[in-house]
Amino acid sequence: MSSQSLYVAGHRGRKVSSACATGFMVLSFVVMLVPLVLIVGYVIKRGAGVISWSFLTEDLPIIDRLPGGGIAPAIVGTLLIVGAATLMAVPLGLLGGIYLNEYGGKRRTASVVRFLADVMTGVPSVVMGLFIFSIWTLRYQYSAFGGALALACLMLPIVIRTSEEVLRLVAHDQREASYALGGRKATTIGRIVLPAAAPGIISGALLAIARAAGETAPLLFTILYVTKTNTSLFHGPNVALPLLIFKNAQSPFTAAADRAWGAALTLIVIVFLFTLLARIVAAGFDRRRRA
Amino acid sequence: MTIIPTGSRSMSEVTTTPGSTEPVLGAESELPEEAREIVFEIRNLAVRYGGALAVRDVTLDIAANEITAVIGPSGCGKSTFIRCLNRMNDLVAGATVEGLVRFHGEDLYDQRVDPATVRRRIGMVFQRPNPFPKSIYDNVAYGPRINKMKHNLDDTVERALTHAALWDEVKDKLKKSGLALSGGQQQRLCIARALAVQPDVLLMDEPCSALDPIATARIEDLMEDLKREYTIVIVTHNMQQAARVSDRTAFLTTEVGESGHRSGRLVEFDRTATIFTHPSDPRTEGYITGRFG
Repeated sequence: MSSQSLYVAGHRGRKVSSACATGFMVLSFVVMLVPLVLIVGYVIKRGAGVISWSFLTEDLPIIDRLPGGGIAPAIVGTLLIVGAATLMAVPLGLLGGIYLNEYGGKRRTASVVRFLADVMTGVPSVVMGLFIFSIWTLRYQYSAFGGALALACLMLPIVIRTSEEVLRLVAHDQREASYALGGRKATTIGRIVLPAAAPGIISGALLAIARAAGETAPLLFTILYVTKTNTSLFHGPNVALPLLIFKNAQSPFTAAADRAWGAALTLIVIVFLFTLLARIVAAGFDRRRRA
Repeated sequence: MTIIPTGSRSMSEVTTTPGSTEPVLGAESELPEEAREIVFEIRNLAVRYGGALAVRDVTLDIAANEITAVIGPSGCGKSTFIRCLNRMNDLVAGATVEGLVRFHGEDLYDQRVDPATVRRRIGMVFQRPNPFPKSIYDNVAYGPRINKMKHNLDDTVERALTHAALWDEVKDKLKKSGLALSGGQQQRLCIARALAVQPDVLLMDEPCSALDPIATARIEDLMEDLKREYTIVIVTHNMQQAARVSDRTAFLTTEVGESGHRSGRLVEFDRTATIFTHPSDPRTEGYITGRFG
C-alpha cells in the first residue's frame, strides 16, 4: 500500500499567491485611508488656526470679507435644526421600521411603504428643500422648523430601512420564548425585540443625523440666512454651519475662506462628538444585556 | 362530537391489536386507566403549512402527571404536533390546524380562546436553550412580570429555580447574565423560566438535543421530579430517552404521498413499555429496532 507524500508539488506557489492576496488587501486598506486622512488632515490644517473662543461665541460679521466675528449663530442653528429633525424623523422612522418588520411582513401596504422609502432615499436633497419651500416656507416664512422638516424628510427613509434591517436580525427564538410565556406581540416587541435591536437602531439613527448635519441644499430655501443667533424654532430665519461654509467658501477673500475652514472643522467635531456619544450609549445597552 | 372514553387508544386504523392487555409492562403508569385525568384530548389533528400537509391523523389522549413522549424519524411532524398544543403554530404564517384539541375539556382553537392565556398555562421549552440576554433573575421574572404576577416576585423566582434544580448553582449570581451559564444550565434556566408562570403543562421540544450526556441526564432526572406537579409532553429523536423517561409514547412516521410530498402521521400510541417491547405496528417495530429512521 503506497501512501501519498505530504510534500505536494506546487505548495510554494500557493504560498506566493496567498502572500500576494494579503498584500493586495493591505494596499487596498491603505488606499482607502488616503482620502479620509487627507480630508480630515487638510480641514484641521486650515481650520485649527481659525478656531478660538471668540470664533465659537461671537455673532457672524455682517460683511463676510472682513476678518473677525464668530460662527455662534450657525452652531446654535445647526443644533436646533438637526435636533428638531431628529426628534421628528427618528421616532417616526423607528415606528415605520417596526411596522415593516413586525406587522407588515409581506402585506401589500408594507411592500408599498418599503418601496416608497427606497424611492425617498434616492430623492436629491435639493428637491426635498424645494418641496418644503413650496408647502411650508411660502406659507409660514423662513424658520429653523422649515429646515428641520426638510432634513427630517431626508432622515426618515434611512431610519426606516436601517431599523427594519436591524429588527429582522433579532433571533426568532427570543420572540418565541416570550410568546411561549404568554407574552403578547406588543409586550414581546417592547421588552425583547427593541432592547436587542437598540444598538443597531442607534447606529442607524446616527447615520441619518450625520448625513443631515452636513446637508446644505435643503436649508438654502428654508432657513435663509442670519448673522445673529436665533433660538426660536418657528420664528424668523436662521443659519446653519453647512450654509455658512457654502456662503463663505464662495467668497474670494481670505477672511471668508478661513471662516469656512473653521466652520468645517467645527461641524466635523460636532458630528464626531455625537458619534462618540451614541457609541457610548450603545455600549451601555450591550453591557447591561451581558451583565 | 362524541367524547371518546378516557384511556381509549383509538387512533389510526392500525391499532387493532389489543396492546393494552399486556399485564407486566405497564409499571410506569401506576394509576388504573379509568382514574387518569385527561389533560389533552386530541382528535384527528392535521396541520398544513400553506396548504401542504405536515402531519395528520393524530388522535390521542394526554393524561395529567404523566410524561408523554413523541418519537419518530426526521420530518414526521413531531415538533409541528407539539406546537399545536400551545398554539405556537399560530405564529407561523400560513399554518392551519384541523381537527380537535381539547384542553381540560375546552376547545383550544375556539374563537373565544386567547392564545396568550393558552401559552401561559401551557409552558414550552425549546430545542436550543434560548435565555434572554438578561440576568438570571430577570429571565425567570420575565413571565411573572408580563403576566402581572408580580406579587412576591423574589419567592416566585426562587421557587422556579429550585424546581428546575438550578437554585443551588445560581443563587449567588442571580444578577449575572443568563448567557454566561453552560448549555445544560441554560436549558434548566429556560425550564425555570417556563415554570415561573405556574403552568399546568410543560411541552418540551427536543430539550436535550443540544446538550451533552451529563446535562441530558440531569434534565431527565428533573423531568421525573416535575411529573408530580406537571403534565409533560416531550418530543425526542432519541428513542432511549423516550424509553427512559416516558409513561406513554406516540410514534409518528413519514409518508410519501402520490405527489412525492412528505408528511407525518401517527402510527401508534401506547404505554411506553408496550411500544418498545410489543409494538402492534410493523413500522413501529422497524423504527425501534433501528431498521429505518
